[in-house]
Amino acid sequence: MPILSYGESIRSALASEMRLDERVYVFGEDMAGYGGVFGVTQKLLEEFGNTRVRNTPLSEAAIMGEAIGAALAGLRPVPEIQFSDFMTTAFSQIIDAAASYHYRFNTSLPLTLRAPHGGGMRIGNFHSKCPEAYYFHTPGLKIVCPSTPYEAKGLLIAAIRDPDPVIYFEEKKLYWEIKGEVPEEAYELPLGKADLKREGKDITLVTYGSMVHLALKAAQVLEKEKIELEVLDLRSLTPLDEAALFQSFKKTNRVIVLHEAVQRGGIGGELVSLIVEKCFDDLAAPPLRIASKFCPVPVAPTLEDAYLPSLQDILEGARGLMRY
Amino acid sequence: MRHQPSLLLGIYQALKRTRVLEDQIYYLYHHQNPEKPLIIGKGYLSTGQEAISVASAFALQPQDWAAPSHRDMGLHLARGITFKEIFAQYFCRTTGLTRGRDSNVHFGSAERKIVGFISHMGAALPIANGLAWAAKYKKEDYAVVTMFGDGASSQGCVHEAMNYAAVFKLPVVFVCNFNRWAISTPVKDQMAIENLATRAAGYGFEGITIDGNEVLQVYETVKAALDKARSGGGPTLVECKTFRMGGHGTHDPSPYIPQQEKDYWKMRDPVLLLRKFLEEKQLWDEEKEQVLIAGIDQELHEAIRWAAEQPVPEARSVLEGVFT
Ligand SMILES: Cc1ncc(C[n+]2csc(CCOP(=O)(O)OP(=O)(O)O)c2C)c(N)n1
Repeated sequence: MPILSYGESIRSALASEMRLDERVYVFGEDMAGYGGVFGVTQKLLEEFGNTRVRNTPLSEAAIMGEAIGAALAGLRPVPEIQFSDFMTTAFSQIIDAAASYHYRFNTSLPLTLRAPHGGGMRIGNFHSKCPEAYYFHTPGLKIVCPSTPYEAKGLLIAAIRDPDPVIYFEEKKLYWEIKGEVPEEAYELPLGKADLKREGKDITLVTYGSMVHLALKAAQVLEKEKIELEVLDLRSLTPLDEAALFQSFKKTNRVIVLHEAVQRGGIGGELVSLIVEKCFDDLAAPPLRIASKFCPVPVAPTLEDAYLPSLQDILEGARGLMRY
Repeated sequence: MRHQPSLLLGIYQALKRTRVLEDQIYYLYHHQNPEKPLIIGKGYLSTGQEAISVASAFALQPQDWAAPSHRDMGLHLARGITFKEIFAQYFCRTTGLTRGRDSNVHFGSAERKIVGFISHMGAALPIANGLAWAAKYKKEDYAVVTMFGDGASSQGCVHEAMNYAAVFKLPVVFVCNFNRWAISTPVKDQMAIENLATRAAGYGFEGITIDGNEVLQVYETVKAALDKARSGGGPTLVECKTFRMGGHGTHDPSPYIPQQEKDYWKMRDPVLLLRKFLEEKQLWDEEKEQVLIAGIDQELHEAIRWAAEQPVPEARSVLEGVFT
């Protein structure tokens, strides 16, 4: 099996879907010749030409609007927003127009919005945020957060084939940093199906995206202390694999929710609520949320490191839970 | 001569200070120890289009406000921001303009009547309107200048701001640095018109296209627009044709820009154009140039040394100033 980086795997997914399905096309700022600011869409222009790989003006609302209209007209648009932070300038198109469309008109809207996401690169509050909670709060949107090259391809293909609007958050830090085996052919990883990245009996650590790697590191360290972390990678936030969450939690009776987005109003609060509501009798310890500090993303390395969830946060959190 | 020699020389020195400072930022970025970088992140330079920023700053009265964009180093310097502050900002130190919380061009200074920069392109324009409205509200005689690029002009909020300013006849001057490229996107992918200034007619105010590399032309045009704004004549759009001589940032060698375009604009370097003019008028010579450069260099190196010794933010300060 070829070894691809996370970024190459996304490119491979786009190329293979574009080969298979004439209706699929990509567009966004700097996407064509330049291949996007992260180089993910490089080489697509050469193969597919400038109708299917298109630069747009610097207009996120118009990009998102195009996607909605083109999807209604039977295409399978895959727009890119250069940084997920800039989705705010298309907020109304995403939230008001795209999200409620299916519910109100019983109409399929097969579009996949790709957006680089997350921090750790010292590029500040306008280029590092994890805004998934805004979209998670909105009925009618599917949200995907791939953690590895393998998930990146399979989930992107599933997203493109999905009949509904999907937001596909790409971890920009992982683009060229991690590699893994990725099948050459097209394959789908179903949306709404979590993946058990590591089995363990003591604590369920539920997470997604780049935090999966931090969780796995923590699991390795804790193993030496005879604490077994079970690492559940949600892979998509909507649909949410509640069954997998409950199943794992009922086994371990302890839970940590880990995400890079800030804690307040985040996904963690929702997951913890679900557990408390649905599995109260199985709780052996209070659920724990580990997330970024509640502040805009700072740049100075000392500050950004303090802002982001750390390995130490997980280790201490896990040890604390085991004392109950 | 239309202008006092002192003004001409002041503008030339300001241009040169901007150029030499940004050259130094470029040099430092490429020659620093990657293990212990001084510059955190990247640099976004105005090389080649300094005339717009510098001339606009010189056209302002002390009571006026500015809401600049990311390529306006010249305005910041002319409004009194020091080399030390700039380097402390780029090095993310506690004594920098954002105290290490943000970096490079993401700063401003309310004391010096400069709106803090928002990365979302075009976001400065509606804010400039707010300042301009406050001038009317409080019956104060200041005006506001705001800058944006040809790329930013495609943002919805830019259109909203221009229409809004027209409706309320706000004392604001919209200065476009029309540098023909938005990252890798050529202006033909950005708009179907030749001159952005033609848009002004659609909003109901005057739009003027000028040579952005002729610093005196920019100065005179922006000054006239500000005078008009201050005397109740409403907004003006000043479109300055120019070129970004470097890449989008220090990391970008801009291979997407044809060499002959780069060569053409090199001959139209605004700093050289003004120098030639001053030499023809016998106001400037090589000896004066050497004295100026030596002075700037000395100040630069002192500033770098000073900034490098400034404290980095302490991790425990990460939540300072956040309300919860
Ligand atoms: C709303 C928004 N979308 C995307 C970006 C990413 N981005 C940063 S600079 C830039 C190009 C800006 O071009 P222009 O306004 O012409 O200014 P220039 O850099 O050429 O001076 C883009 C797309 C952004 N900052 N804001």
